[in-house]
Amino acid sequence: MRKYTPKDNVQAKAYYTDRFWVSPRVPQSPVEEGTHFAKVVETLGAQCKEAYIVDGQLVVHIDATENFNVMKTLKEQCGYTQCSEQSAVDYLAQDGEFELFWQLLNIDEAKRIRVTTRIKQGEAIESIEKLYKSANFAERELFDMFGIKVNNHPFLKRILMPDDWEGHPLLKTYPLHGDEFASWYEVDKIFGKEYRDIIGPENRDPAMIDRYDTKRFSRIGYEVPFAADYTDEEQQPVEYSDTFLVDYNKPSKTLDERK
Amino acid sequence: MAQHQVNYASAAGLPIALTSVDKLVNWGRSNSLWPLTYGLACCAIEMMASGASRYDFDRMGTIFRASPRQADVMILAGTLSKKHSEFARRLYDQMTEPKWVISMGSCANTGGMFNTYATVQGVDRIIPVDIYLPGCAPRPETLQYALMMLQKKIRRESADMKKRPIQDLTNQKGPRKARLI
Ligand code: SF4
Repeated sequence: MRKYTPKDNVQAKAYYTDRFWVSPRVPQSPVEEGTHFAKVVETLGAQCKEAYIVDGQLVVHIDATENFNVMKTLKEQCGYTQCSEQSAVDYLAQDGEFELFWQLLNIDEAKRIRVTTRIKQGEAIESIEKLYKSANFAERELFDMFGIKVNNHPFLKRILMPDDWEGHPLLKTYPLHGDEFASWYEVDKIFGKEYRDIIGPENRDPAMIDRYDTKRFSRIGYEVPFAADYTDEEQQPVEYSDTFLVDYNKPSKTLDERK
Repeated sequence: MAQHQVNYASAAGLPIALTSVDKLVNWGRSNSLWPLTYGLACCAIEMMASGASRYDFDRMGTIFRASPRQADVMILAGTLSKKHSEFARRLYDQMTEPKWVISMGSCANTGGMFNTYATVQGVDRIIPVDIYLPGCAPRPETLQYALMMLQKKIRRESADMKKRPIQDLTNQKGPRKARLI
């Protein structure tokens, strides 16, 4: 929960000073002796670089080159028969690395494991599709969204974006509104590049009003015929009524004055 | 015989109604607008509701067709992603003239809340739109109203599809001016 801040007098000051609030880390605890997870860590042996418990789940850090062997051990010896999720996190700006994770589920024990590793940009990862069929689409998405190559994948092709797309949208460096290629994608593809001038750039301002566009906007108070051309008309300043202007800087409570 | 039977001969008239070709053709066109069964996102749910028995599009002569070759209207109901824009345009091209387009919902009109790299910011970037229908999602009544507005629009168009003039409704008193789009 955020700390409560009084929200009266909201006009005068912004009451959210913690806009870029960073949530506290979930506490980590060591793996206890004699539990199921202790056995898993023991089975993995030297492959496990670091292991701890978060939220009742075991988190295992491994070497990126060993992911297939680790997953094989977990599946065949520890009963983790489902790979429910696999993706990456872009820490390129922070650490110059991607964090990859695999979320595994043991149905017999009702336990979950997260296997994580770190790779540099341009490095590839081994496919675990031979162990878990669900990894097929997840790895394609990994490739599509981050550009991480997956070795020995049967069909490594973009899954969400079109095949001829440029860039990998889930990278933190990718702009939300898309780069130049993205913003002209449909125009280039359907009509060709020469139609860019005719169609024009995308309007990214949802509140845009064009006062001279008499086809789409009505000029309330200054009605003109549909599609009339008023581009050379003189700019009329917006009129305000002085009687309705309210001075928001004045304190609203005037009890004292009345007294 | 039944009382409503008309004796044409004794009424000194024949069953003749005078009209123009434009009116007759547009009467036919506007009363059998067949939209393409084509939904893109959540707005399509409202479009389905309009087609179902409670709101009953059929009574307006609006019957959804499964093939673009048989359709007159394309209701772009929902978020058009950039990946799909090519196919939407292909479906539009496959429809036979005369054809009209209703852009349904804020996503189709402007991209709506999806102000992102993957969404087409308004379907009018790739397809000419006749009616923009605001709302997220517009209720079925709104879609029906849009269709009625489209019918009105068709009725005042020329039946000659090469011209497709629209009349200037703001100048009602004088002779009706027709402009080419
Ligand atoms: S306008 Fe709203 S309801 Fe319609 S497709 Fe977009 S998000 Fe869905």
